[in-house]
This record gives sequence, C-alpha cells and structure tokens, in this order.
Amino acid sequence: MNRARALSILGIVVVLLGGLSWLVRARDSHVGHSHGTSGKSITDTAIEWPSRDRIWRTIALTDYNTRVVFAGVTALGAASGLVGTFLLLRKRSLLSDTVSHCTLPGIGIAFLIGEAAHLSGRSLPLLLAGAAVTGVLGMLAVVTIRARSHVKDDAALAIVLSVFFGLGIALMVVVQQLPTGNAAGLSHFIYGKAAAMTSSDAKLILIASIGAALLCAALFKEFKLLCFDATFARTQGWPTVLLDLALMGLVVAVTVIGLQAVGLLLVVAMLIVPAAAARFWSHRLGVTVLLATVIGAVSGFVGVAASALFPKLPAGAVIVLAAVVCFAASLVFGAERGLCKRWLEQRRVQHRVARQHLLRAIYEWCETCSQPPGRDAVNLLDCPVSLDDLRRANDWSEKRLRQLLRIGFAERLIMLNDNRDAVHLTAEGKLEARRVTRNHRLWETYLLQYADVAPQHIHHNADEIEHVIEPNIVNKLEELLAGREGAALVPADPEKPRVVPLRGAGL
Amino acid sequence: MNATSLETLPLAVRDLNVAYQSKVVVWDADFDAPAGKLVAIVGPNGAGKSTLLKASLDLIPAASGSVRFFGLPYRKARHRVAYVPQRESVDWDFPVSAVEVVAMGLYRRLGWCMPVRHKHREMARAALVKVGLGDFATRQISQLSGGQQQRVFLARALAQDADLYLMDEPFASVDAATERAIVEVLRELRARGKTVVCVHHDLPTVPEYFDHVALLNMRVVAQGPVAEIFTTENLRKTYGARLTLLEEAAQAVERARVAAQHRS
Repeated sequence: MNRARALSILGIVVVLLGGLSWLVRARDSHVGHSHGTSGKSITDTAIEWPSRDRIWRTIALTDYNTRVVFAGVTALGAASGLVGTFLLLRKRSLLSDTVSHCTLPGIGIAFLIGEAAHLSGRSLPLLLAGAAVTGVLGMLAVVTIRARSHVKDDAALAIVLSVFFGLGIALMVVVQQLPTGNAAGLSHFIYGKAAAMTSSDAKLILIASIGAALLCAALFKEFKLLCFDATFARTQGWPTVLLDLALMGLVVAVTVIGLQAVGLLLVVAMLIVPAAAARFWSHRLGVTVLLATVIGAVSGFVGVAASALFPKLPAGAVIVLAAVVCFAASLVFGAERGLCKRWLEQRRVQHRVARQHLLRAIYEWCETCSQPPGRDAVNLLDCPVSLDDLRRANDWSEKRLRQLLRIGFAERLIMLNDNRDAVHLTAEGKLEARRVTRNHRLWETYLLQYADVAPQHIHHNADEIEHVIEPNIVNKLEELLAGREGAALVPADPEKPRVVPLRGAGL
Repeated sequence: MNATSLETLPLAVRDLNVAYQSKVVVWDADFDAPAGKLVAIVGPNGAGKSTLLKASLDLIPAASGSVRFFGLPYRKARHRVAYVPQRESVDWDFPVSAVEVVAMGLYRRLGWCMPVRHKHREMARAALVKVGLGDFATRQISQLSGGQQQRVFLARALAQDADLYLMDEPFASVDAATERAIVEVLRELRARGKTVVCVHHDLPTVPEYFDHVALLNMRVVAQGPVAEIFTTENLRKTYGARLTLLEEAAQAVERARVAAQHRS
C-alpha cells in the first residue's frame, strides 16, 4: 500500500518532468544550431495585448523559447512544492528565506571570478555554483549561531539574512561599475526573469528537479520520521544531522535553480505556499506531497503563460500570485482543514444540539404536566406547550426560541396550535422526542456511573447510545434510570403512534 | 554493583553527571535496572528524571560517567532498547495516521530507503490492538485524545520488540482507560521477561505498578525493591519536608507494606 503510493508519487513526478524534458529536447532534434538564437528573450517583441496568433502559439507551445521557459519553470514549481512540503513540516520555512537572500553575494563573487578568469562572467552554472556556496554558508551560519550562542532562532535568521544580503547588494554595485559592462543581467537574480531562460538553463533546472524528486522519493520514509519526531529518530540510530543536511541541501538546490525564474526575493514563496495550500486537503503525507508538487507545477505554468501573453508582467510575481490564489482557495475550500468544512461541521453540530434541546424541553415540559411524573406514557406527549412557558422554563431568549421553533417546524416535529401561542408534537416529533430524551438520560447516567472511561466514548456523532455502548450496560443504565426520581426512564419502545394529519406549519 | 552486574544488567548507569551550561541537573548518579522488572524513577520536579533517561540514550551530552545497556554502549545495543518520549515532545498536527506512527518503530529494521510493506503495517496494527486502539489505526493523529496519543507512542515502542523499554512519564495527564491499558501492557512485558524503566510522578501508584524504584533528586537517593526502598524516610530525603506530599507517600508506603505481606 505504502510502497504503491510512493511509487505512484514518483511515477507522476517522473512522467511530469520527463514530458517537460521532451519539450526541450524536441527542438534540439529539429534544429541543431539553436544555440545562437535560443537565448533570445520572448519579451523582445513586446506588445500590449496579445494577438490571437500569439495566444495560440503560447497555448500550443509552438514557440520554442516559450516551450523552454514553460518546461523549466513548471519543473521548478514541481520540485519546490515537493521539497517545500518537508521543509514546512520540519518547521524551517523561514530558513529558506534566509538561504535565498544569502545567495546574492555568491552571485557577485562568482561573476568577479569569472571575469578575472576571462570566462564569460554570465555563465549560469558558475553563477549558480557561487549562489549555492554562499547559500550553504548562510545556512551553516544560522545553525552555528543557534547552537553556540544564546541568540534566539528568529534573531539568528534575521541577522544572517541581512548581513549576507547587504554584502550581496554592495557587491552588485561594485560589479556593475566594472569597465567590462557585462553585469547588466545580474539584477535578474533578485527579481527573477523567467523569459531570459535558455534551453541549457531549462535543462539544468530539469536535471536538478529530477534529482530532487528522486532523492525525496528514496528518503520519503526517512524524511517523514525526521519531520515528525527527530528525537526518536536519533535514538533509533538515524543520522538526523545528515538527513537534515540532505533536506537543507535540497532546499538550497531548489532555491538556487529558482533564482533565475522567480528571483531570490520570491523563491521562498515557491517552497512554502504550495505546501501550505496542500496541507488543507489531506491528512496523508503522500497525498500532501503530491498535491504540493502539482500546485507548484501549475503555478509555474500559469506564471509563464501570463508573462508570455503579457510581456510586461514579470513571470516570477505571477507564479507566486498563482500559488497564493491556490493557497487562498485551499484555505477556504480545503477538504480536510478548509474554513468551509469547519464552518459546515460547526453548523451541523449546532443544528443537532438545537434540535435536541427543543425536543427534550418539550418532553420535559409534558412530563411535569402529567401526574405522577412520566408514568402516563401513552398520552403524555399530547399536552400542548405554551411558547411563553417553554421559553421561560429553559431560560431561552426570544431569538433562541424562534430559532429552535424554525428547526422544529422545518422538520415537521412540532405544530403550532390554532391560537398560535402554543405548540404540540407531531407523531414524528413524539417519536423523536422520546428517542432524544431517552438517549440523553442514558448518556447522562452513563457519565455518572462510568466516569473513568466514559469521556472517550462520547462523541458528537454518537447519537444512539446502543451504537457505542454494549447492550448489557445499556440495560443496567435503564434499570438505574427507572429507580430515579424526576428524570425518569423514557420508554424505549413506545406504542405505535397515532397518525395525525399534518397541518401547514410556519411562524 | 560489581563488574559482572555491569555485563548483564539491561541498564547500568555509573557516576553520571549532566549539566546544562553551569547548572548541574544530574550529579554522580548510579542507577541499575534489573532484568525482568518494572522500575520507576521518581523524584520532585526538576530532579533530573527525564534528563537521566535522555543522557543514557545519548540524546544530551553527559559531562562524565558511563552508561551500559546489556554491557554495551548505547549505539551497539540500540536494537534492544525502545524509547517512549513524552507526548508533548512532538507536534501531533502532522499528516500521518496512528498506524503510520507505530510503523516508525520498524523503520530501523527496514533499513535505508525501503518502504513500509503490508507485513509491517500488520505488525504495527497488532501493536495498536495491544494498547486498545485497534479501531483507531487509520485515524489522523491530531484527532486522537491525549491519552490515545500516549498509547500510540507506547505501541510504537512495542512494535520495536525490544528487551528494555525506557518511558518518559507515560502516565502524565492520561485518562483512566489509558492508564489501565498502559499498566496492562507493562505487566505483559514483565511476564515476557522484558525490563521497563518509567519516569513516574505519581507517588501513590508506585507500589501498585512497579517492582523496583529509584528515588532521584539530582543524585540517586536510594534504589531497590519497592518494599524496601519506598519508605517515608527515603521519601523525606528525596522530597524534603513537604507535608502533604509526605502524608500521601506515607499512605502509599503503608499500602505497599500490606500488599507485600499479602503476596508473601
């Protein structure tokens, strides 16, 4: 079961990434000499509103450059959603923000090294390697500060983030004043520029994404244990420090490959938002991981599509906005933890409780009317109840009374008398009132008699005591109730109710 | 306390010192857990009870001292030891079910990268049945009550099928049903010759639940069979002269004495 799930997750991720890599490769086989033009940005032909032809070309992915960017960014979205889920569950979300900011000085330094070595300073692998190095350094700095000093976690993150980012900004200014004048594109790493992606960039992203997916699939169980209970993992001999390093290494990798597309300011959103959104839909880790991957991929896709159609729109920002829309929708409609679900559950409980209150109140009123209490079971519930008495006896407000009566009328449990100042139970209402009151009293007695174990058996959905408690205990409870004054036993099997024709009822 | 006992005892702690920064928490502690017994570690709050367990398991560094599990250092005897941490030590709002948590006790046996298979899920389910949670196997863990969560942790330890069980406050704020379930499990473990060491906070139940007791207040004040060690005098040495506590303890001691006579 578990293995099947892990395999299916892996399968979907690999198919997704494989499909994307096919998109990139397809062009290479058609046209061998694409290197000169593939770097051309799709924003070069900027127009305000997309022509129909352009929309078609974007959707059908006929344009090679668009295809490249689509493949790269979608893969990035998938990988970040996947890794982000574990990061979120490990409660290290903010560490990824710090890591992304720490990459900036690395980019500057790598550029300087490249210039000094007379390589092309804009070589992406070199720049990303530099970014990864300072990203890891920043992460280690946080860990060291946390372990070796009394500085608290959040302060350590803030200090490292600002120091590295400040250093990076200073380096950027220096680099841009170099006479070679090659550094113009470096600021893309701050805000992101997906459109500037070349096919070799996209391939780099794809390879890194596939690697991340494979590592996550292989270490699924280990990461699960690490995120849930790292202490226990340590007692079991799992190298938690190594596992943490692997996870944080994945975070650095995703951050670094995401720099170009979404920029270092927003890459944290790619990691955290899809994962946080997925958490509203499932209580299973496998499903959560898969959903986060899909949400990340879809966000990436939407972002690139928007920026391909409207070249003035920055892809990075749209990607993040698309993810946030997914998050907002999940927050409201999420099947497991969404606000709607919780609200509906709340409503259902309130409704049931209100219904029970009404029926029990009427039953008890009828009981006090008859002498001796509760013994005249046959005609007991025919007694009409004045609305005013009902309200006062139960200390209800006018509003509450109206609310309860509405429920009673809607379900045809009670009917208004001709004078419109009293209600009586319908045939169905009598049955329900007996059932509800009986259950309530049995539960009450059960709580008193079995105080030690009772709380774990009482559940909001357990209306019927027989569904939860063994019959012999129910019998005993009934005996106990029969001997009690006041709240007497409610007959379990009342006589067949007389069929009363229903009159139109309403307030 | 001789060399041979060190070789065979499930757990033997010698001269253990643990300090957080400059504050000493455990001081020259000697502690033995004899095989096949239920052992309680009791002492006032902040006496270092949990710390003693954690330092034994290499979870926090000890300043000095030696700890032997079945005559071996912990890292070599790991497979024979199961640890039940305090329930509050993890975030229960985690997307896994009860049976998945219990299966975590089998991960070491599975090895790197190997997934949990049907066989292992069945083993985990069996462990859940033992703690009375058979019906809750697929329930997400945040939807369990506190006592049920505690029992999930216990089931995870049972799944490990160890020889020595170290439990950190398993009875802390649990309902009566859970307490009974845990006691039952402890007795069954003892019947199978296993050893259990529990950090325990509830003095009156010590004579009823445990065979051996170690009284700890930074150092081990006294340890041995409950009938001999669990005396008002020793408790006063451990807890100081707090009256209400001592009264309660005195009653417990009396009950223990009666129970011992009853047994013999």
